[in-house]
Amino acid sequence: MTLTRFVTKNAFRNKRRSLLTVLSIGFSLLLLTLMMTIWRSFYIDKGTTQSAQRLLVRHKVSLVFNLPASYREKIRSIPGVTQVVNQQWFGGQYKDDKPENFFAQFGTDPQELLKVYPEFQIPAEQVEAWQHDRAGAIVDAELARKFGWKIGDRLNIKGVIFPLNLELTIRGIFTAPTTTQTIYFNKTYLDEGYAEAKGNEGVFAVLVDSPQDVARVASAIDEQFRNAPKPTKTETERAFQLDFVQMLGNVKAFILSICSAVVFAILLVSANTMAMSIRERTREVALLKTLGFTRNSILGLFVGEAVSLALVGGIVGTLIAYVVVFGMQKQGGFMTGMAVTLPTVIVALLVSALVGFLSAFIPSYHASQVNIVDGLRHIG
Amino acid sequence: MPPKSTSLTACATSDDAEKEHMAIPLSYNVRNLRLRKGLTVMTALGIALTVATAIFIMALLAGLDRAFGTTGDPLNILVLRKGSTSELSAGGVARDDMQTMKDLPGVARNSQGEPLVSGEDILVIVLPRRDGTGEVNVTTRFLTPLGIEMRPKIKLIAGRWFTPGQHEVVVSKSINARFSKTNIGDSMQIGTGQWTVVGIFDGSGTAHDSEIWGDINQLTVDFERTQYSSVLMRATDPVSAEALKNRVTDDQRLKLAGMLEPDYYSSQTKSGQPIKFVGLIVAIIMAIGSSFAAMNTMYAAVAYRGREIATLRVIGFTKPSILTSFVIESLLLSLLGALVGILLMLPFNGMATGTSNAVTFSEVVFRLQMTPVVVSLAIAFAILMGLIGGLAPAWHAARQDILGALRG
Repeated sequence: MTLTRFVTKNAFRNKRRSLLTVLSIGFSLLLLTLMMTIWRSFYIDKGTTQSAQRLLVRHKVSLVFNLPASYREKIRSIPGVTQVVNQQWFGGQYKDDKPENFFAQFGTDPQELLKVYPEFQIPAEQVEAWQHDRAGAIVDAELARKFGWKIGDRLNIKGVIFPLNLELTIRGIFTAPTTTQTIYFNKTYLDEGYAEAKGNEGVFAVLVDSPQDVARVASAIDEQFRNAPKPTKTETERAFQLDFVQMLGNVKAFILSICSAVVFAILLVSANTMAMSIRERTREVALLKTLGFTRNSILGLFVGEAVSLALVGGIVGTLIAYVVVFGMQKQGGFMTGMAVTLPTVIVALLVSALVGFLSAFIPSYHASQVNIVDGLRHIG
Repeated sequence: MPPKSTSLTACATSDDAEKEHMAIPLSYNVRNLRLRKGLTVMTALGIALTVATAIFIMALLAGLDRAFGTTGDPLNILVLRKGSTSELSAGGVARDDMQTMKDLPGVARNSQGEPLVSGEDILVIVLPRRDGTGEVNVTTRFLTPLGIEMRPKIKLIAGRWFTPGQHEVVVSKSINARFSKTNIGDSMQIGTGQWTVVGIFDGSGTAHDSEIWGDINQLTVDFERTQYSSVLMRATDPVSAEALKNRVTDDQRLKLAGMLEPDYYSSQTKSGQPIKFVGLIVAIIMAIGSSFAAMNTMYAAVAYRGREIATLRVIGFTKPSILTSFVIESLLLSLLGALVGILLMLPFNGMATGTSNAVTFSEVVFRLQMTPVVVSLAIAFAILMGLIGGLAPAWHAARQDILGALRG
């Protein structure tokens, strides 16, 4: 019998206990993996290359203020800017105000939108159809799948922010690298239906010629409008999205506190199990010693056992997390664009191994120090 | 105080059902938990962490509910453009409509005989948080002194109210605590003007606790706003409030919709949805993990005491009493966990935090509220974990083979 086999045999000798421990650790690691995935998508992911080259310009004071439409051409004249497109948040209701029926609606310029967002995949004839229909719209493929929309379908959006309802026709369906949950319609439609919308835009999306130029162009845009009645704030798409996360509250502290509670909880669970199983085996340890096993090898045996149990738990947890995230992503909404990545899995497994190691060390150290005679006399 | 086990008779096998059975005293379980201190403490701590997390999330939601639930006076009617759901929507109430509304029957008047109708405007401005975690949107309400008079719950606690016609604002106590540049004497940029902070008010836990208040006439000049975003009207009594609400909504001249102020604010509690969603998932996953851990501990407890249980059976304790006893032991364990969890969270009670209002996209300040409901829910949650963790091992203990156990 090799040492590895000895460790595995021992780890599963009390099957029920091992199973419960693995499941308990597994569920905790599931949570840890989910939290790390959210953390990663908020704070670490850089996004696509196009997204790094894109800037969003908004009113300096707040997103709820509009910018003059005339800014578009002024921004275009700044060196380094290749494309500029207007986007007006409509914020209407589809069907009802239930959160699952919510998606973003932007009024924009069909001539230029797809030049600023070259990563959107859409057949050229659909774009052309949209450009020719003032009441046309293009929709995200994920949304189309979710609501069962087809090209040519009518789409009624009730205005909440704006006092008019949109009656749109779907002219195209686009696929984005990560689902956007967005429909785009012709801003002119909004201008004609509600005169006060004309000449005002929510934000401008700007495509910069190279990633190196992004910072310079951003400050050049803000500089241009610094003394205008409506000053601007220009930031990368990524930073813009982070502002929304920021608004949810202290998300970083929230995630960190949950993660530490979880790690501490698995440490307790794992230490508990190891303490139980090592205490049971005091007599066995003495026996192993009489057979010539050194203290260190006994220590190694127990630690190995704990680490492998914890690792199995970790694998179970990350697997479930993978399935959960994949499933939620299909649902759209909150988890959109998130995925359990290999580095996240590796970190989760390292955490579980470390927890296994720490939890076994003290009880097994004590066990390895037990005097042979006392150990043999021990009654479980 | 021996627990009654009669309720569990149904679980027992038929031959036991007829026997009269005596309950195992509670002190037996307490002593057993004490005997294996390490195991008990670690399992209870695991449950405590889960309970603490659940309390944290429930307290957040309770605080949010309170912020919106207690805002608004039942005599006040908020008037918005038809179809609009929030004060921030584009297109509001035209200035000319104000006179029509002032003349409606049922409108209350103050001591000077002025009709209590207040045209108000809402802006969202960006302020840096004091702790340096970034800049967020803050709701700024512009109104007249009449509007302040219509909200008697709001009390000035430092400085003075703004003077009409001046670039002056007053901030709520929570805003003052959470954002820099909001002390009395500081000035902040709103639009093109610099506005000076002249006072601090206490919103007493209402949604106004997340607001800054300034003079509307000055705003109109600065921003060339031609409309109010909302109008607040006060009715003379609850019956006329209902009537006034309908009268505003039905008036063909106005194209407006009125709603009672408390209804408007309670509809905004949906801002807590993301917290609720994430919180629920976190609590459920942690609870499953802790239940497994509790089950593990209880199985170990049963395994250690094989011979003891057999002895109890021989003495004459029935299967149901043993089942009950072990379930109770598991419940004791989880209640201990709940107690520790509640104690862990007590220092956080009343802590102020903020989230984004889903309707106005701006910061809502609220306090963690460990209400009796939250605490009892947490205890119920722990009991559930104890039950799930304890039932299977207890069942196992009750069905043990007596002879085999005595011999082993």
